Amino acid sequence: MTEFFKKLAGIDRRIIYLTVFLATAIPILTKKTMKIEPLPEVKKAYEYIESLPESSIVMVSIDYDAASMPELQPMLETFLHHAFRKNLKVIMLGHWALGLPLGQQALEDIAKKYNKIYGIDYVFLGYRPGVAAVIINMGKDIKSVFSSDYKYTPIDSLPIMRSVKNYKDIKLLFGLEAGAVGDAWIQYGYARYNLPIILGTTAVMTPDYYPYIQANQVISVIGGLRGAADYETLVEIPGQASIGMLAQSVIHLVIIAFIIIGNIGFLVLRRAKK
Amino acid sequence: MSNIIWTWVAAFFTLAILSFLYKDNPFYKFAEHVYVGSSAAFMVLYVWVFDAYPKLVMGFTEKVGVQRYLLVIPLILSLFILLRFVKPLSWLSVWSISFTVGMAAGLGITGLTQGFLVPQVQASILPLFVKGSTVGETILYTFNNLIIVFGTVFTILYFYFSREHKGVLGVSSKVGITILMITFGASFGYTIMARISLLIGRIYFLLHNWLRLV
Repeated sequence: MTEFFKKLAGIDRRIIYLTVFLATAIPILTKKTMKIEPLPEVKKAYEYIESLPESSIVMVSIDYDAASMPELQPMLETFLHHAFRKNLKVIMLGHWALGLPLGQQALEDIAKKYNKIYGIDYVFLGYRPGVAAVIINMGKDIKSVFSSDYKYTPIDSLPIMRSVKNYKDIKLLFGLEAGAVGDAWIQYGYARYNLPIILGTTAVMTPDYYPYIQANQVISVIGGLRGAADYETLVEIPGQASIGMLAQSVIHLVIIAFIIIGNIGFLVLRRAKK
Repeated sequence: MSNIIWTWVAAFFTLAILSFLYKDNPFYKFAEHVYVGSSAAFMVLYVWVFDAYPKLVMGFTEKVGVQRYLLVIPLILSLFILLRFVKPLSWLSVWSISFTVGMAAGLGITGLTQGFLVPQVQASILPLFVKGSTVGETILYTFNNLIIVFGTVFTILYFYFSREHKGVLGVSSKVGITILMITFGASFGYTIMARISLLIGRIYFLLHNWLRLV
């Protein structure tokens, strides 16, 4: 028994990496999905978006980059499908310069599928540095921060922006958060201007945002790949997040098995030393 | 055709980065340097295209009167920060930094107080008994509130260092540290989930977009 655990303790880390790779790749290759029962937080977010009247204006904030793409891109794509299907009007901007092209690409691709017209049904404002100052000033007047869209078209000439002055005209802020910009949206957008907020967060950030749900400072939070899969299920557009859930479950079981074996090994070897 | 080429480029860089798991190698080094260089260049370009040019350069041509002259202030502060590279004048960059720090501190204090501290304290003041429509609901809601109220109090007590943690304070702070450990455990669990999600994303890309097996 002791010998077995000694060998296990000295196992090459590359074998562990290979095991993790196989445990991830095989479930994806099977193309099987698992039954997903959406979490109450995701249902709440979905129901709020469903309750918005047609032509309501929603704002999407791209606050992530390629490193968080597997978790947040499926959320963004599902939200855009949801919004355009309901004929909501979308204003997109962002605080992470490196992630904005991901948002723009998804916006243009999905808008095309629903025959939406740029400037009437959606607009891409782009990026301005200075997170807090940008959020606060948009609460007073969006045009003071974004006088033009990303192509330098004056926003007064875009029909979608003619009815928008500040957050009073925005029915929802959907923020995709890989860092602390979500806090800024809450601390300035909600606290000062009562901007209704739903956040899509990476799993790393999710626990940090739960206190805001409890304090009713956000409508809800969609957390990690699980949250994305839940949202895809509710919108009935299964995508990458739903496919990834089986792999996620398998690899979690593998990690739990590693932790249990590692701890048993540690205890056995410690006892043997004594 | 261009899509295929870019998919192959992305697949190459993905594999180059993952190859570090085997051991450090030139492919990994190459991918790392390309990433750092292109990200920095992209960031500079974005700040110019989305901020400096439309707000400052176009501002000078479009704005009139006082609003135009006000743009001189950010222009000067921008030039000052660049003077960090000119040794005799590098002290001028402190002015720009002071402006940024002062503004960030002011915004941070008001934001944290108004948007975090006060609402979170308010949300922690809860009734210790909640009557639900069933006995089960009553137990659940009451239990939840007890966790929030006493969890907050005991955790704060753990950070009270003006007295030795003995007696009632000792027991309370032990409960506090237990709650903290549970919180760290939940955060760590979520972190593992996030990292695995990234791996799933990359493997899905390789199998779906590149090899077209899925």
